[in-house]
Amino acid sequence: MAAVTTTTTTRVRPTGRRPLSPGRILAWTAMGAIVLVTLLPFYWILRTALSTNSGLAAHASDPLPVNPTGTGFARALGLESTKDAIAQGGAGGGLKFWRYLLNSVIVSTLVTVCQIFFSAMAAYAFARLRWRGRDKVFALFLAGLMVPTIFTLLPNFVLIKELGLIDNLLGIALPTMFMTPFAVFFLRQFFMNVPREVEEAALLDGAGKVRIFFRVLLPMASTPVLTLAVLTYITSWNDYFWPLMVSYSDNSRVLTVALAIFRAQTPQSGVDWSGLMAATLIAALPMLVLFGFFARRIVSTISFTGIK
Amino acid sequence: MTIASSSPPSRLPLSGGEGARTKPSTDRGSGGSSGGDGRLAAVFIAPALVGFVVFLLWPTLRGIYLSFTRFNLLTPAEWVGLANYDRMIHDPIFWESLKVTVEYVVINIGVQTVSALAIAVLLQRLTQSAVLRGIVLTPYLMSNVVAGLVWLWILDNQLGIGNEIIAGLGFDRIPFLADETWAIPTIALINVWRHVGYTALLLFAGLMAIPNDMYEAAKVDGASEWRMFWRITMPLLRPVLAVVLIMTVIGSFQVFDTVAVTTAGGPANATNVLQFYIYQSAFGRFQFGYASAMSVALLVVLSAITVLQYRLTRAGQTDLG
Repeated sequence: MAAVTTTTTTRVRPTGRRPLSPGRILAWTAMGAIVLVTLLPFYWILRTALSTNSGLAAHASDPLPVNPTGTGFARALGLESTKDAIAQGGAGGGLKFWRYLLNSVIVSTLVTVCQIFFSAMAAYAFARLRWRGRDKVFALFLAGLMVPTIFTLLPNFVLIKELGLIDNLLGIALPTMFMTPFAVFFLRQFFMNVPREVEEAALLDGAGKVRIFFRVLLPMASTPVLTLAVLTYITSWNDYFWPLMVSYSDNSRVLTVALAIFRAQTPQSGVDWSGLMAATLIAALPMLVLFGFFARRIVSTISFTGIK
Repeated sequence: MTIASSSPPSRLPLSGGEGARTKPSTDRGSGGSSGGDGRLAAVFIAPALVGFVVFLLWPTLRGIYLSFTRFNLLTPAEWVGLANYDRMIHDPIFWESLKVTVEYVVINIGVQTVSALAIAVLLQRLTQSAVLRGIVLTPYLMSNVVAGLVWLWILDNQLGIGNEIIAGLGFDRIPFLADETWAIPTIALINVWRHVGYTALLLFAGLMAIPNDMYEAAKVDGASEWRMFWRITMPLLRPVLAVVLIMTVIGSFQVFDTVAVTTAGGPANATNVLQFYIYQSAFGRFQFGYASAMSVALLVVLSAITVLQYRLTRAGQTDLG
């Protein structure tokens, strides 16, 4: 665990050598219960997605997939004919999760790349450049932290409508594409802590401030930038309320909205749980994979990411 | 904002540890550059400033303006003074949804804060395994929609494994999300499941700032874990706890997604939380003016809570050092 302890001061404790007191057994039991409650729903998604709907009805409490099959995924991805889908307890509506997956990727990527880049530029201007009115503008950004995002959704919807970007992926991405006060604040904080000497050395070598930003500061900030980027990506991917307002058709439908529609299209025979859980897994899996790649860094940087 | 600034970026490839400790001055003395960087700064700040003004500042002002108008999106907004606010004060559904929202927040924040604190302390005192911290965070990677749907299935009255277990133990099945008294607590707990890990990690970060020597010294004096928690952990964690509490309460008041996919406000308005009512007014009945007035009310409530909590918990102060 050395990689983690470097961030969180040195606190290696000889846990293994301690005798198991009743208190510690109790504490470990509690920890085990927490892990179980955390992870079991994920297993249950998988188990349900691999079962057939008729099997689910007959063996509701079977811990393993009932009549294991991939038809749930086929329905979610729109690979089955309407007739087959209805026969298996699906709604038969044309839901194309490939399309929604692509839409989600486009929106989240656009938001993350632009937001982090523009926020980093602004953060640099606030932290290192000298210009009139800097502190006043920064105070304004800080005040922006106080406005709950939800308050701006309605007026932003009106604005996006006026811009003619309803039912458009750009319309979904636009409001968060330029910055969030948090990202600016967080990155400024980081740049402030970088010692001046590093830049001065580069200045002596004749580098301009633009070059210093791109070649010195930005690479130095790779860890906080990466953490911020992953968290921004996850937040954008999981957003539901805003895309729900803006998107009306397959053109701009993202996964979260599509899932809610899938759920609302309950067929006559009852909810298509198998298909719904398969769709849920498709929506959730990319974030689990993304987190899997960066988990160690994120988990240890979250301490100073703090406020989100 | 204490957490964000608390720990220095210690994993940087800096030239030795010493450099990191020199406190950088704010803006003077950046070598031989002459005068200000006005033009360059303008270029660097422009995109963020445009985004700030167009999608945050302007909408905020406009939202307040719209709350004084009648507006249905199709025809221009028409000034009606305080009519929307007057209507709000006399709207029983508004008060009911405010009540439901507060009930949700109390259960959600109560359970979540206590559980997150317990998890954070376990992660601090029992094991500092990074794997466990990763596991605890996984539900946070799911969207509210996914979390809502999974629990909708697990708690399904007929086929859900949750109710199968309850029935297997010989109890009556509970219609968790279809019953007026159960629905709000159930939604509150579903959201605890998704957010508790993240909250625990924030608190854990606060716990890491407490010097280990304190626990060692207390142990030498024969203090129990329980006593150490109340005498060391709680007093020293208080500032972090206060900030986390303010953040989570504000987030909790904005509940919408989970309600929208599980109960859609029902049964009989039992889960018609404020944000859902606002959405319904705007997009169901196209009363954008009235919806904006309720948003302003929510904004006022949230601001008041922030100020109050900040005062009560003395958020800015720390007992450490």
